[in-house]
Amino acid sequence: MNYSGILLQLFQDTLVVLIAPLLLGWVNQCRAWLQNRSGAGVLQPYRNLVKLFHKDAVLAHNASPLFRFTPYILFACMWLAASLVPVIATDLPLSPVVDVIALVGIFALARVFISLAAMDIGTSFGTLGARREMLVGFLAEPALLMVFFTAATISQSTSLVTIVEALAHKQFVIYPSLAFAAAAFVMVLLAENARIPVDNPSTHLELTMIHEAMILEYSARHLALIEWASALKLLAYTTIGFALFMPWGIAEVGNWRFVPLALAALFAKLLVAGAGLALLETVSAKMRIFRVPEFMGTAFLLAVLGLLIHFLLGSN
Amino acid sequence: MANFSGQLINLFAALLLLIAFAMLSQRRVLSLINLFALQGLVLSVSTMIVANSSSQHHLYYSAGLTLILKVIILPWILHRLIRKLNIKWDVETLFNIPTTMLVGIALVVFAFNLAAPISQMAGTITKGTLGIAMASVLLSFLMMITRSKAVPQVIGFLAMENGLFFAATSATYGMPMVVELGIALDVLVGMFILGIFFFQIRETFDSLDLKHMEKLKED
Repeated sequence: MNYSGILLQLFQDTLVVLIAPLLLGWVNQCRAWLQNRSGAGVLQPYRNLVKLFHKDAVLAHNASPLFRFTPYILFACMWLAASLVPVIATDLPLSPVVDVIALVGIFALARVFISLAAMDIGTSFGTLGARREMLVGFLAEPALLMVFFTAATISQSTSLVTIVEALAHKQFVIYPSLAFAAAAFVMVLLAENARIPVDNPSTHLELTMIHEAMILEYSARHLALIEWASALKLLAYTTIGFALFMPWGIAEVGNWRFVPLALAALFAKLLVAGAGLALLETVSAKMRIFRVPEFMGTAFLLAVLGLLIHFLLGSN
Repeated sequence: MANFSGQLINLFAALLLLIAFAMLSQRRVLSLINLFALQGLVLSVSTMIVANSSSQHHLYYSAGLTLILKVIILPWILHRLIRKLNIKWDVETLFNIPTTMLVGIALVVFAFNLAAPISQMAGTITKGTLGIAMASVLLSFLMMITRSKAVPQVIGFLAMENGLFFAATSATYGMPMVVELGIALDVLVGMFILGIFFFQIRETFDSLDLKHMEKLKED
């Protein structure tokens, strides 16, 4: 292990935690533009966070310690996930710690805790949200794993770093299986990050909300941490998408001169992805909750098809 | 270069399979027709790439024929038909889409296994895509089985013809020109006749649901 790797890891950790709200702000701003509104500006999530951190927290009388710990666990999980994905360089000392399967596990851990905390207070909304979250989560997880397996069979490794190196720095090859996996991944991303076809992040209508229902009881710094964790989750998913499907521009091992270039590439990709996400959310309508299994089933189907096509076409 | 076009063909073949699945799960008649046109477009582009990389010039004609017939004329006829039949916004209730999808995956696995020994013997650049072609034929079959309305069934039939065409291209660089022209004419005429059938069916049963045709006696 060398110092440059550690430095790079520290740099990436700070970078992801700082730009996560920016991505959220950019997506919201794009949505506002697409809906003919002027929007609150890309810095609005930061202002929200500052405002929430300055408030006094209110806790229910019957809140258990679990309820208070959960925001920190959630934030830690999402930060860890976001900092493990190779974003600007592949020689990260933390990356060998987890492979993609463990990454799915980290997301699952966060989901379990937020659901438990939602049920902890005992309000009906929290329980409702937790149930729905679990429904979406258990359908999204196999699809996500299948997407990872498709990429893993191409690069013969479940380590995200190896996958990125195999896809980015080898000869350019078109993988039809990855196109399927990418479509499935976008669907999983929408479902897991409470975006529009599955959940509406900007509503408090009890019939439709999933994520908002779970965090209804949180306030002040707890809420701020959860919001920040959601932004980090969105960033983590987006960067996983980059790592799997468009890893071009990531700096090679031990090549420091490419880091600024990789940074520029990352920001360009985030700009495009954020605008794309906003467009996708604007053109699609919110689904009924009972259509969600169908949606996630389609994602799973696409991922499995990608895997099958890899075995059919990859052999010749 | 040949390697790159091979990859492009594989990509388009995968797209074809994706569209087949999209058609299987699509409820709206209008979107179904648009998907069918898209499938024709993908088919025609991939045929052109095959023609270019294998220097089989008659494939250019097939691609052009596909483009004119399946991307322009047939969708246009179908659009006109559903406008005249006033079913443009028709939404069909399908039974349990996830189950249909799972059956579809099983069909894909079956087709891939079936095609594996055949494609090993073939010497064409497109040999890997034979499995996909057979899978899209089977998926179109499945679509015809699961639909109860007349127009989606006909679209399933046409999609099956697309799959067969793709299979011919991938296994043996297409059929002889005479056969292809004959099939194209058959499809066109068949479409006209089925269009007339639609009106007859609706006149007799007051709906395009083919369940009414299963009964032999009036009750």
